[in-house]
Amino acid sequence: MMRSPELEKMPRAELEKLQIERLQEKVKDVYEKVPFYRRAFKEKEVTPDDIQTPADLKKLPFTIKLDFRDNYPYGLLAVPPEEIVRIHSSSGTTGKPIIAPYTQGDVDTWAEIMARTLATSGVTREDVLQNAYGYGLFTGGLGFHYGAELLGASVVPTSGGNTKRQILLIQDLGATVITCTPSYALILAETALDMGVDLRETRLRLGVLGAEPWSEQMRQDIEERLGIIAINIYGLTEIIGPGVSVECPHKCGMHIAEDHFLVELIDPQTEEPVPYGQEGELVITTLTKEAQPVIRFRTRDIVSLNPEPCECGRTMTRMSRVTGRSDDMLIVRGVNVFPSQIESVLLEVEGVEPHYLIVVDRKHAFKSDELEVWVEVSEDVFSDEMQKMEALEKKLRSEMDSVLGISARIKLVEPKTIARTEGKAKRVVDRSEL
Amino acid sequence: MKVEQVSVFVENQPGRLEAILEVLESKQISIQALSISETAEFGIVRMILADPDAGHEALRQASFTTRKDWILAAEIPDVPGGLLNSVAKPLADAGVNLKYFYAYLEHAVNKAMVVLKTDDLEKAEQVLKAKTG
Repeated sequence: MMRSPELEKMPRAELEKLQIERLQEKVKDVYEKVPFYRRAFKEKEVTPDDIQTPADLKKLPFTIKLDFRDNYPYGLLAVPPEEIVRIHSSSGTTGKPIIAPYTQGDVDTWAEIMARTLATSGVTREDVLQNAYGYGLFTGGLGFHYGAELLGASVVPTSGGNTKRQILLIQDLGATVITCTPSYALILAETALDMGVDLRETRLRLGVLGAEPWSEQMRQDIEERLGIIAINIYGLTEIIGPGVSVECPHKCGMHIAEDHFLVELIDPQTEEPVPYGQEGELVITTLTKEAQPVIRFRTRDIVSLNPEPCECGRTMTRMSRVTGRSDDMLIVRGVNVFPSQIESVLLEVEGVEPHYLIVVDRKHAFKSDELEVWVEVSEDVFSDEMQKMEALEKKLRSEMDSVLGISARIKLVEPKTIARTEGKAKRVVDRSEL
Repeated sequence: MKVEQVSVFVENQPGRLEAILEVLESKQISIQALSISETAEFGIVRMILADPDAGHEALRQASFTTRKDWILAAEIPDVPGGLLNSVAKPLADAGVNLKYFYAYLEHAVNKAMVVLKTDDLEKAEQVLKAKTG
């Protein structure tokens, strides 16, 4: 379903015109109102008047995560504090969190973007949508909530956790759509199984899943176990929260809401543009955000872009799923390794559970530089014969070798050894944390 | 004769066998034979239980990765060469490969029991039937 066909099917030339108009206005806005940007512009010797075509974008300075921390909490505001009606925040693993303030205008825009996003994914007003993203500081819960309500779906705001109750409600209220992280979708399936419930026999038909990187194999696994179509959604706290991009049911890339977000793709090392079809780091400029507009935010997410119109008729640029993070990238014995590569190897081996943990030894990286992957042993791969277990270990090791280009130590572990997280799954730990 | 064996995947760590035995004790399931095959990292605990279905289910409920398989049990004379002549030699002569085997508690006088897994269950059963009855 297209909520705003006039925007979603807009010819590229018209869209670019809209983008440059909005960009010029936003650049002027931050230059006048945010000292941080004024300084950054001056350092690059650029003023708002220099921005005349989309190509001029690259004259502007980048914004990085650290800039948010350095200007915590209100240093990047472009409106008077009394205009703020809501503040979200990222989980922030170290140091200060990143805050996301919204004006009433931002809240309304976000709800509209999310309503369009959910419609794109296949949600309609007839759906009962169980929203298992965490409500609170995290943008996921309320972001989905407001969008789904605006779309007219019936929202069941379960938030994260209390998995058994989630399963009872899916059954009793006849939820047709589940929104949560992909790893939580698997927890739901696992818990349902423990309770003797087959989620495939419920009315669930669609999952809109995101907030953490996942893989195509994990999608297949989720679709099979829950009996749903699993749709990928993307967003970031720094930009708006969920709603930056989403797949349509064709599942061939996530349509970026380009009327609100201007994207570029760069080489994370050289900062030079990367051509369509190749992988690079996604850079986003907000075009409509009022409270905390962001210029050229380096997302650290590695994706590729496709500007071709989709079969569904939408003209907006599509982005691939996030295949890695430029700062999550592990460098083991001089080779770049993304956790997503390891996941894809595991899922290719028949019967292996997608529950894994990558253990690295950062402290002793110079000495041992060791990569260890913990893999849970499911009933499907367990054998009473040692030979077969050793063959499994060997197979995982050799697949890992060929995909990663370096060898990893495989450690087979008992089920549920690896902590289940209800928010974002933690995939990489340092040995010192164990 | 065929018997059902329950096997369990465990990490090679203190307390893991204990955890299995506690599950079985709580369900009052007795163990008739047990063997552990291990690597530095993990082990396979194989057991012949008085009630394999209940044991398997209880271990599963306790979140162990477990499975049930049909293997062979054979009663052999408790004399020098008993195992050789009634099990090992006949199987070797028939070209059946032993994957693993372990001993079984047997209360009968002058008898011993072994359980074994081979690469050919049916053939091994026939061979042993002829030898051990």
